[in-house]
Order: sequence, then C-alpha cells, then structure tokens
Amino acid sequence: MANTTTRVAPARTQKAPEAGALVNRRKRRYTLLTRHDKILIALMVGIPLTLDLLLVWGPTLASVGLSFTNWQNIGPITGKNFVGFKNYQFMFSGYTLFWPAFTHNLIWLAWLTLIATPLGMFLAVLLDREMRGTRFYQSVFFLPVVLSLVVVGFIWDLQFAPTDGFINNALGTAKSSNLIDWLGNPRINLFSILIATSWRHIGYIMILYLAGLKSVDPSLREAARVDGATEVQTFFGVVLPVMAPINVIIVVITAIEALRAFDIAFITNQGKNGLELLSILIYNNSISEASLVGFGSAIAVILLLISLVPIVAFLSRVMRTLA
Amino acid sequence: MGDSSEAKRVRNLLAARDAALNLNLDLSRRDVLKIAGYGSLAAFIAACGGNNTTTTTGITAKGGTMSLGSYNTDPNSKKGTQAIVDAFKAANGGTNVKLNVVDHGTFQNQISSYLQGTPEDAFTWFSGHRMRFFADKGLATPIDDVWDAVKSNYTAGFEASIKGNDGKAYAIPTDYYPWAVFYRKDVWSQHGYTVPTNWDAFKALCVKMKADGLIPIAFADKDGWPAQGTFDILNLRLNGYDFHTELLTGKQKWTDQRVTNVYKKWSEITPYYSPAFAGLTWEQGADQLLRKQAGMYLLGLFVSDEFKASGSAADLEQLDFFAFPDMGTQYDAEKALDAPIDVYMLTKKSPTLQADLGQAKAFMEFVAKGSTQVLYWQNAPGSIPTANDADTSTYPALTKKAVQIVSQAKKITQYFDRDSRPDYSGPNGMQGFLLKFLSNPKQDTTSLQGQMQAFWDSLPPE
Repeated sequence: MANTTTRVAPARTQKAPEAGALVNRRKRRYTLLTRHDKILIALMVGIPLTLDLLLVWGPTLASVGLSFTNWQNIGPITGKNFVGFKNYQFMFSGYTLFWPAFTHNLIWLAWLTLIATPLGMFLAVLLDREMRGTRFYQSVFFLPVVLSLVVVGFIWDLQFAPTDGFINNALGTAKSSNLIDWLGNPRINLFSILIATSWRHIGYIMILYLAGLKSVDPSLREAARVDGATEVQTFFGVVLPVMAPINVIIVVITAIEALRAFDIAFITNQGKNGLELLSILIYNNSISEASLVGFGSAIAVILLLISLVPIVAFLSRVMRTLA
Repeated sequence: MGDSSEAKRVRNLLAARDAALNLNLDLSRRDVLKIAGYGSLAAFIAACGGNNTTTTTGITAKGGTMSLGSYNTDPNSKKGTQAIVDAFKAANGGTNVKLNVVDHGTFQNQISSYLQGTPEDAFTWFSGHRMRFFADKGLATPIDDVWDAVKSNYTAGFEASIKGNDGKAYAIPTDYYPWAVFYRKDVWSQHGYTVPTNWDAFKALCVKMKADGLIPIAFADKDGWPAQGTFDILNLRLNGYDFHTELLTGKQKWTDQRVTNVYKKWSEITPYYSPAFAGLTWEQGADQLLRKQAGMYLLGLFVSDEFKASGSAADLEQLDFFAFPDMGTQYDAEKALDAPIDVYMLTKKSPTLQADLGQAKAFMEFVAKGSTQVLYWQNAPGSIPTANDADTSTYPALTKKAVQIVSQAKKITQYFDRDSRPDYSGPNGMQGFLLKFLSNPKQDTTSLQGQMQAFWDSLPPE
C-alpha cells in the first residue's frame, strides 16, 4: 500500500507545474525528457513495482492458486492435488470455526472502533489542554505502545491467570469456588484479550491524534471562542473537520489492526476455545504442524477479500484528494 | 558384569515390558510371543555383554563437526541436552556440535518446513505415527547401520517403535515416560486415602477429597493437549486398544456409540476438576498438586520435573502415582496406557550431512548408550532411559515404579497427538473439540461428534 502511494506522489509533483497547460504542450514536454531522465524514471517506477509484484502480488496469487489444492507442504504439487472449490465449500458449510472466527474479527473491529479508538482520541484531547503533568501522562499512556503485542499478551496472561493472577486476587475471586476464568471461559475470553489489546491501542491512537491536534492552527480555536462556541462545539465544529486527514488514517489503522489481530490471541491459547480469528485459522491450518496449506490459503483468500474493502476505500480517498 | 541385584530386577522388568510392548503395530498374539522371545534374548545378551555393545564401528568418525536441532527448551531438558552434547564432544575426539535449540512448540509446528529446508544433521523427535510419516516422505535418513550396532542394547518393543513403514530403522529411542494418576503421599496419608482400583472407588475418593477441601483432580487444559490424555485412557479402558488406534487413524467413526460412552463416563468426573481449568497451563495444574491444593493429577511422568524445579527434594520424594482405575470392561486386562517415546533422528536435506555423516552417526551411537541417557535423566527425571545398559541402581522409587507400570501394560500407546495426524489433533481440531465438550460436559454430544467426524472427512489424504 505504501508503495502505491509513493508511486503516485512523484507522478503528481511532476505534473503539478503543468496544471493548466495545453495538452499538446504536455506531450511535447515528455519528448523533451533526456535519456538520463527516462532511465531515472524507469528505475524509480520499475524497482518498487518489481519488488511489489515479486513480494506482494506474487505470493498473493500463489495463495489464490494454492487455495484450490489440498497440498500439504510436502513434495511437488501435481494434478491430483487440485480439488476445485472444495476448500471453500467446506469452509462455509462444514468448518465449524470459520463463522466464529469471522464474528470474532467483527467484534474486534467494533470494539476498537467504538471503544478503544474513541478513548484514545478522548485522552489526546484531554492531554492537548496543556494541563499540569501532560508529559508525564503522555509517557504513561504511550508506554504500552513500545511493547509488541506478544509481550502485551504475556503481561496480561499473568494478570488474568485464574488462581495466581493479579486481577482475580485483587477482586477477591481467586479463592472462591466460582473464580472467574478470564482466558479460559469462551464467553468472556475474547473481551479479556480485547482489554489487553486496548491497553496498547489507546496509547497508539492517542499519540497519533495528539500530533494531529498540535498541528491545528490555534487561531481557529480562538476565533471559535470569540464567536462564543463552547468547548464541545469547538471540537466537533472546528477541530474535527480540520483534522480530516488524521481521522482517515485513524480509521484505516483501526480497521487494519482489527483484521490483522493475531499475536495476542495466539500467545494466549493458540487461538482456540473462543479466541478463533481468521488470521489464526490461517496459521493453525497452513503454517503449523498440520500443514493444510491448501485449506489455509482458502481462508487467506477470504481474509484478503475482506481486507481489500478498507484498503480500497482508503486508496480511493487518497487518490481523490490528490486529483 | 558386576550388576547389583536391583539393576537386574529393573532389567528383568524391562524385558517383561518388552514382552508386552507392541507399540501401535497390529501384531497377532503369535507375533507378540515371538517378540517376547527376542526381547528377553536381547536383554539376556545385553546383560551378559555388559557395556561393550556400543563400540565405535567403521561407519562413524571422530573430531570434525556436526549440527543438532533440539526442541528441548524446558530448563531441565535443555540442561540435559547440553550435558549430552558436552559429553559427546569429550568422548568423540572433540567433535564440535552446533546446537540449535528451538522452542518446543515452534519446532513442532514448523517441522515440515524445517525438514524440507536446511535442517541440522540430527534432530529431536517422537516415535510413532509422526516419525513414520516423515520417513515415508523421504525427509529422514535411515540409520540401519547404526541400529545394527546398538540394537542389542534395546528390547524388541523399542525396535518396533523406531521402524518405518519400509522396515528400515529411522531413529534412536532415548527416553520414555508413562501417563498415570499422580498424588502426594503425605497428603494421602494425612487424610487416610487409599489407591482406588475401580471407577466407583475413584469417584468415591473424589467426593471424599472435595469434602476435605481439596480439588479432587487437578486439570489444566489451556494448552489444549492435556485433555487428550484423559480421552486416551478412558477410550483405552472402555473400548480397548484396537478401537482406540483405529479411531485415531480414521478406521472407526467419531460418531460411534462407543465414543459417546467415553464422553458420558468422562462427564462423571468433570465436576471434580480444577475450577477455571481452561485457563490453567499444565504447570499451574502441577503447582496445585505440589502446593497440596489438589489430590490427584492425571499427567505424564514429566510432572516430576515441576516437582524437581520447586527446589525441594522433600517434595519430589512425596510424589507417587497409580495406574488409571479399571472401568469394569474386558479391556481392563490390557492395562493399556500412554507411554510416549522420544527419539533422535537424522534429517535428509541437511546441507552438511554428507560431510558430517560419520560424526552424526557417532552421535546417534552415543545417545544409544545407557550412560548418555542416564546423564539426561539426571537433569530431567521425568524421562526414563531406554537402553538396557542404563545404570538403574540410582533410580529413585518413582522411576522404578514407572518402569514397572509400563512393563505391566499389555498395550502401549504414544499419546493422542503422536498416534493421530497433527492436523486432526491440533488446536483447531481435537484440542478445540475437547474444550468444547469440557465447557459443558453434560451436553448431548451427538452434534459435537458429528463435527469431529466431518472435520476428519474434510482432511486430504495423508
């Protein structure tokens, strides 16, 4: 995705001085390019494009191809391995984990969008008010972001442990006969790890949003205040619209975080018993000892199709603003 | 010779066990008797020959280098592996062993890619279905020459466990451990409990323990695989060895009424399990036993590693176990149990294997020695040496009893995830299904069993 935007950007800056120029002049301009320029452009476009095709779209198409086989990561792929749409058919009808995993990804997305991200934005707005100890709070909330989700998983694993974990001991439920099984009860464990994820996600969103808020021209707020707008009105009427580019990034990041959710659920219990996610199904089927590469690829193709929705939405928006 | 009578006793037990082992092979009664003859003979030869069974032959080389991929990452087993490597270096003219230790789960998950990529010369693995699978795929080097040199040091049961489907030897078995019901002697004598020999006595004991404020049965299934041990033993007791192995290899249906019975019986003891067991790791379960909170724990002998890790020798001395109680079926007489065997194997695709073959084979010979295996066992007491010439005189009562319980078993299985295909036994397969069952043990299991069978049917041919 990053590649695509960088490839677009230089092309635009080349055209920018030409704005309003006649079409025939523009044609002439290209012919005026020296040999050196042409080679340079070819290299600048060619190298990222080749890498992109080789490292992103090559494996992607390979996955699509593999999704029609029952290959098990051993030996060559022969005609016998091709099974048509059997993998997809089983995934949607017989495989009992696909729809739960799909639902869990949706819950993940909803949680991040409706709870974690707004909380991060809220903290950013609070910290932007130049209160005492802002830098201290900033550091505290940002601290989890420097940890990988694997480490976050380990930390919260210890907190959530049924008998010797901090949370049950603090709540006094560790000794009682019906102690709360935060990570083992399939009805609540998804929310337990969502809390752990949010612990990190909130800080991430906060720092991004804070950077955006700092760049808002203070005179806009002053003008709003002079006009008698309240704090809330100023935020929703002035600051939020000005922050539109940042908002788009926040939304995209949230969507991507929800789709690529993997590490924390995997660290917790390898993504079973209520923590199934699409990414984990891909892993457990194709990369694990199971080696069902064909079936795992079919799930990967579905995840790709879902991922394309926010990506295309984001790209089309970026293209539109550039055009 | 100079064997102590104790050592002889244990050796006799090994020979007796050998008579019974038939490790996943469908052997007729006559075959078993034949193996019994060979086994005792092998033990006899080993007893007379003393330690001269592993002299260096023409196939091995000293000095040089070799590499070893190991999944032994628990502190104890890691130390044990390092001790073996150091001893090998000293004994084999300073052979430089490049040891690559990979997290156990990661190693297991990536085994296919590992063996097809650029693996080390030798690697740690399991016997049983999982060994034969990779041997069939041509990803392991047969080591018949090494095996011929060391086989007099093994009983026939172990020999059967390392043969591929093509009849060639592919591995050196180095240790094994039984699964049984563990308990603390001091807790039991304090409350006056006695070992239950049948299902009703077992359940009555659970009731009594609960009244005494104990968790009757420690159970911890966050990792997913521990529950399979309970499934194994219940299915073996209720439906027998033959049905169990056929079920795990797809020759019987998961929708069978006999499987339903396993779940029914299982649901009778689930009320006595540790609360919140789906969130506990097996180590946390062992901790409940260690800290006298739980009365019993069905697990492998490796639970003793956790007792050793507690640092108190007194704790380890209190650990004892008994075989899973009889269920009142004809299969009780099989005394079947899970006793997985760990092995060393040679890879096929290692880029250095051709150059290091002599050293690698010398290493395989070295790990076949009882003295090497005892060295490992001293670090990881949950792993019992397999070689006949292992010095058994230093075995504590627990290890001796473990040897005995395996020797009394007429049928031995390797554990669910080693006897079945990995895609079926893994987290998205049987591990998940069993957790689903355990989340509501009283449920009608018909639809769950249907899902199990549907999943099996969806798998491509292996």
